[in-house]
Amino acid sequence: MKSVFIKELVQYFSGVTGYMVMVIFLLILGLFSWVFSGTSILDYNHASLGQMFAIAPMVFMFLIPAITMQSFADEKQKGTLEFLTTKPLTDFQIVGGKYLACLTLVIIAILPTLVYYYSVVQLGSPKGNIDDGAVIGSYIGLICLSAVFVSIGVFMSSLTDNPIVAFILATFLCFFFYWAFDLFSDLPFLFGKLDDAVKYMGIEYHYDNISRGRIDTRDVIYFISLTCVFIWLTLVSLDRRKW
Amino acid sequence: MKILTCFMPQSSGTAYVCGEEVGKSDLSIRKKIGYLPEHNPLYGSMYIKEYLLFVAQIHGLKNRRSRVEEVVEQVGLTREQSKKISQLSKGYKQRVGIAQAIIHNPEVLILDEPISGLDPNQIVEIRNLISNLRKDKTIIFSSHILQEVESICDRVVILDKGKIVADRYLNANSDANTTGELRSYITLELTQALADLDSIRRITGVQSIEKLQSTEYKIYLNTESDLREQIFDTVVGSGNKILGMNAGKQSLENVFKEVTK
Repeated sequence: MKSVFIKELVQYFSGVTGYMVMVIFLLILGLFSWVFSGTSILDYNHASLGQMFAIAPMVFMFLIPAITMQSFADEKQKGTLEFLTTKPLTDFQIVGGKYLACLTLVIIAILPTLVYYYSVVQLGSPKGNIDDGAVIGSYIGLICLSAVFVSIGVFMSSLTDNPIVAFILATFLCFFFYWAFDLFSDLPFLFGKLDDAVKYMGIEYHYDNISRGRIDTRDVIYFISLTCVFIWLTLVSLDRRKW
Repeated sequence: MKILTCFMPQSSGTAYVCGEEVGKSDLSIRKKIGYLPEHNPLYGSMYIKEYLLFVAQIHGLKNRRSRVEEVVEQVGLTREQSKKISQLSKGYKQRVGIAQAIIHNPEVLILDEPISGLDPNQIVEIRNLISNLRKDKTIIFSSHILQEVESICDRVVILDKGKIVADRYLNANSDANTTGELRSYITLELTQALADLDSIRRITGVQSIEKLQSTEYKIYLNTESDLREQIFDTVVGSGNKILGMNAGKQSLENVFKEVTK
């Protein structure tokens, strides 16, 4: 697994993909957090990173599928998947290596936002007046959310040999899991009956929970199980060549 | 080939590589096989050495750097070694593909169409490379270029629509049961038509006679021994005169055409 992981990560940073993802992610977050008047922390007058963590999932909804769309689709198109699968590697090692490499890239992109945290700490009045628990929770929530998005992206990429199709499908599914359940729960015919259950299936509900700084095992288990389901589906989809 | 490399499962039957059954011990089989897939898929954005180190790491080799150096030299990539794979010509890419397949010193080397699409010089280079490797490895390779097959291989198997239609050792001293043989033949040019074909058919070793033109014949033999003397005697004995006689061996190409008709 290590060899595939290293190869993938090196490939992201030997091309432009890795840097582009980082720059765009930080640029969008930076603009929303500090510049645009509607969402800027400076206008908001609260020493909080809440705005940033509300926007980050939406950015990831597009950026993560863009990272993962190549992982299998590209290998299938170039035929290198045949190369990988005839080496002494199990399917799990291939999927695991690719998954972890994508997730690592996302985490590397998140890390520089600690600068924003530091800035808010310095700007607070009095200095350091920030809800540390919420920030730590939000970071953990964001990493959990990326873990799910990456697993969705890798799975979609393994379904097709066309990266664009993989991108569109993954974006849609990320959107669906993040928002759609929440919106569905507002539908009148569910009201008072299943609305809580439907809401509970979406990512947003759990992400918001963790972001408040309350790390509940139920939410963590939700993220872990969702990730496992998509990784398992990826393994099944790779196995399709044998059917 | 895809079955032997454990890429696809067989639809029926069983396959063994070095005594291990495909489908049961895939990982250990893959360790013993070096495989060059048909269109030689490579990671174009990687450097040659980076790529070979990656493959060496997959195989869990020790002394990876020195092994990569060795292989680079063995396949003759020393001059290009610091280039990116996408910058290489097709012949050099093929060498990278072969380097990748032999890096872990496999017992079996499976090459799928290693010489198609190369120019004549590259073909000679790759052919020499393969001939050097055959000394200590079992090599299976597929090709449509039959002259190449004739010059490299010890044993030829011709497949037609998934069925073995010919299986033949090219050097005559091996006595495996064969089908679709490379037959020897003799062409005859005479002054007049043969009156009595049966007299020639009766010679032991003659399989059939084909009339090419009015006074030209092709005699197929099913033996390796030289029958020219006996044929000469028979023909001259019947009052005919021989203008020309040539012994030859059917080429693989003819066999191929014949068995896949």
